[in-house]
Amino acid sequence: MLLQRLSLGLITLFVVSLIIFLGVSLLPGDAAQAMLGQSATPETVAALRKQMGLDQPGYIRYFTWLGGILQGDFGVSISNKREIAELLGTRFSNTIFLAVFAAIIAVPLALALGIMAALHRNSIYDRSVNVITLSSISTPEFFVAYILILFISVKAGWFPSLANVSPDTPFVERLSKCFLPALTLTLVVVAHMMRMTRAAIINLLASPYIEMAALKGIRKLRIITRHALPNAWAPIINVIVLNLAYLIVGVVVVEVVFVYPGLGQLLVDSVQRRDLPVVQACCLIFAATYVLLNLTADILSILTNPRLLHPK
Amino acid sequence: MSTNSQEVLLEMRGLKIEGFSEEQWHQIVKGVDITLHKGEVLGLIGESGAGKSTIGIAAMGYAKPGCRINGGSIKFDGIELTTASEEQKRKLRGARIAYVAQSAAASFNPAHKLIDQFAETVIEHGVGSREQAYKDAKELYKRIRMPDPDQIGFRYPHQVSGGQLQRAMTAMALSCRPDLIIFDEPTTALDVTTQIEVLVTIRDIVEQFNTAAIYITHDLAVVAQMADRIKVLRYGETVEDADTRTMLSAPTQDYTKSLWAVRSFRKEVKAPPPEPTPLIKVENVTATYARGLLPVLYNVDFEINRGHTVAVVGESGSGKSTTARVITGLLPPQEGKVYCDGEELPRDYHRRTKDQLRQAQMIYQSADTAVNPRHKIRDIIGRPLSFYLGLEGDAKDRRLRELMDMIEMDADQFLDRLPSELSGGQKQRICIARALAAEPSFIICDEVTSALDQLVAEGILKLLDRLQQELNLAYMFITHDLATVRAIADEVIVMLQGRIVEQGPKEEIFSPPHHEYTELLLSSVPEMDPDWMDRVLEERRAKGGITAAGN
Repeated sequence: MLLQRLSLGLITLFVVSLIIFLGVSLLPGDAAQAMLGQSATPETVAALRKQMGLDQPGYIRYFTWLGGILQGDFGVSISNKREIAELLGTRFSNTIFLAVFAAIIAVPLALALGIMAALHRNSIYDRSVNVITLSSISTPEFFVAYILILFISVKAGWFPSLANVSPDTPFVERLSKCFLPALTLTLVVVAHMMRMTRAAIINLLASPYIEMAALKGIRKLRIITRHALPNAWAPIINVIVLNLAYLIVGVVVVEVVFVYPGLGQLLVDSVQRRDLPVVQACCLIFAATYVLLNLTADILSILTNPRLLHPK
Repeated sequence: MSTNSQEVLLEMRGLKIEGFSEEQWHQIVKGVDITLHKGEVLGLIGESGAGKSTIGIAAMGYAKPGCRINGGSIKFDGIELTTASEEQKRKLRGARIAYVAQSAAASFNPAHKLIDQFAETVIEHGVGSREQAYKDAKELYKRIRMPDPDQIGFRYPHQVSGGQLQRAMTAMALSCRPDLIIFDEPTTALDVTTQIEVLVTIRDIVEQFNTAAIYITHDLAVVAQMADRIKVLRYGETVEDADTRTMLSAPTQDYTKSLWAVRSFRKEVKAPPPEPTPLIKVENVTATYARGLLPVLYNVDFEINRGHTVAVVGESGSGKSTTARVITGLLPPQEGKVYCDGEELPRDYHRRTKDQLRQAQMIYQSADTAVNPRHKIRDIIGRPLSFYLGLEGDAKDRRLRELMDMIEMDADQFLDRLPSELSGGQKQRICIARALAAEPSFIICDEVTSALDQLVAEGILKLLDRLQQELNLAYMFITHDLATVRAIADEVIVMLQGRIVEQGPKEEIFSPPHHEYTELLLSSVPEMDPDWMDRVLEERRAKGGITAAGN
């Protein structure tokens, strides 16, 4: 079963790489033209194309590109001639740092809110949590970000509004600088996870073993955490993972607002500069993140199912 | 049975419970009185909708979601449960009043080991430590003769059999040595051979610990073994209340008498002599559900004659329903052949002709899931009329009315209704009409009465019998209920683990000498005699053969 999921993941990645490559090739103009600018003569463009291997048929270029990536070689950036792998390195670790930071706040918060909402179903608490999380998810991210900047940074002055970290920023300062972007992301993802936790638990509250637990005189909170939650993990994990993936690939807007040097901003900059090799590399990394996280969700769902974990 | 004291443990007076459905409150329990002494076992009996489970669970001060107690008093050992706080009631539940549910498989949490679920109650109520609970659980498992009592608790619920699970649940109910246990149909989902083991366990436990119990069931013969006193309920009201022997020998109310008389139906007309060619012939069938898996049927070989009823009996997993799937072509066999009227049928139903498909129809256990809830009765029965016979318009309408007449239902009243507006018995009649619409010569009835109350089931059996006389139908009757077999079968096939262990005319199968397994099966069917279980255990002990330790 595991092997099947793994190979499916690999096939998905392969298909995605194909789509990215085709998509980028369909864009008007190519790297040679972008590098030389509008004023270049057709001859010089042709010469550069030949030098970069762009005159070769698409499938050869695709396999050269793919072969390079498999060896860790993403090619060279057009705009600044640096190795893309090197460029991605710091950016990617920045993005991961922000995602992990946000997840550490968001996941426990969402679980706790969800469990409490299930416990006090239809109470004032339940309804207000629902309303608040839903409003925060319905508000555009950049708006949430600016509101937070206005109140927490400008008015209260607790945290900086710019998250312009560099590789040698000390850890504590890094945490402080990243706090507002992480909080913005948290507000965006908590609603989904919290609602799924609540729904998955409530869904189980009608099962005979929950009634049995109540008739055994078990306390309500324990019924939810010990009896409902262990059987509700599969759907909850799936939503958590989907949101974690969003924290990595969906942060473009937040990164731009806070001027955070992450992968999303790199992608936006590269599109503007027509730095196609970088665009391709970013897209592929985003896709790989998605596939990998979903794979993790599948595996975790299997691991939390006692029937699969302890066969007869 | 158990030694009763005169001390009252539980007293319910004028108990009223209502349930919310279809946007309004309905009275489910309409003023019931119950007095239970310490160590006494009270049997609550009645058909579905009588309110017996609701009353049983109310003894714990609990109402199912969507229900509420709206009148009367429930006094447990001096504590008034209708006014007690949630916390007060929580402290009683599991500790002083325990519950044993119908389906142990659904009522054990799949995520935790049996012994941890046992220990949970002990720890939660502060009765003992985890170590003490483990030790006690092992001792109880041993006492109720579970196999491997030291280790079995460390398994997950899905890793033990249904009968063992039900016994483990009885042990769990005892974990805090309660004064009262509510048994809510604890053996209804089990095979007869497993049922007797669980019954023995429950009775031993109740006697050894002098625990009072409320035993809820719809099976009279079972309650006769378990209860000191029986209370008959109907529509949330008490019909009759007396000690077990009086109730069995001299019921005073008509309703009670009708319940007692249910098992009296017997097929009267003898089956016609067999024709030279049997209608259905199953020849040496071996079948498996997936390549590489062990077969679920081994060399199954039998015949069914026109106008005859062949009952196929055996425990769950013995291959009864699989045999039906092979005959209908839903499961192509690995080896062997199926003939209809001397003509070999293609193994797979996709390759059978419409006429071949028409010949064999099925009726299922659960009429609820066998009909499309969004189709009107007219469409449910009408579909085979157009599909097999090409009937449309007036001809179809006429035939629909004839069929409704045959199943004794009023066409004008029911044809345009949805299944949800019908009772369980009516729905099963609709399924019969749908099978008849194809004008088959052979009908497979798969546990068609086991989801129904006994009086309703009786009506269905009578109907099937009448239809058989009128239309010369052959039935293959799959059931685990031997009383049904006695009532309707001409021939009997006994199956065990995918093999036929015995087959022949009913009289032969039901009279000795029996095959060893048939003997076990027959002797496990409870009888309406309070001494039946002791007698069976005595006989089995004398033979030194199969005891209640089982499995």
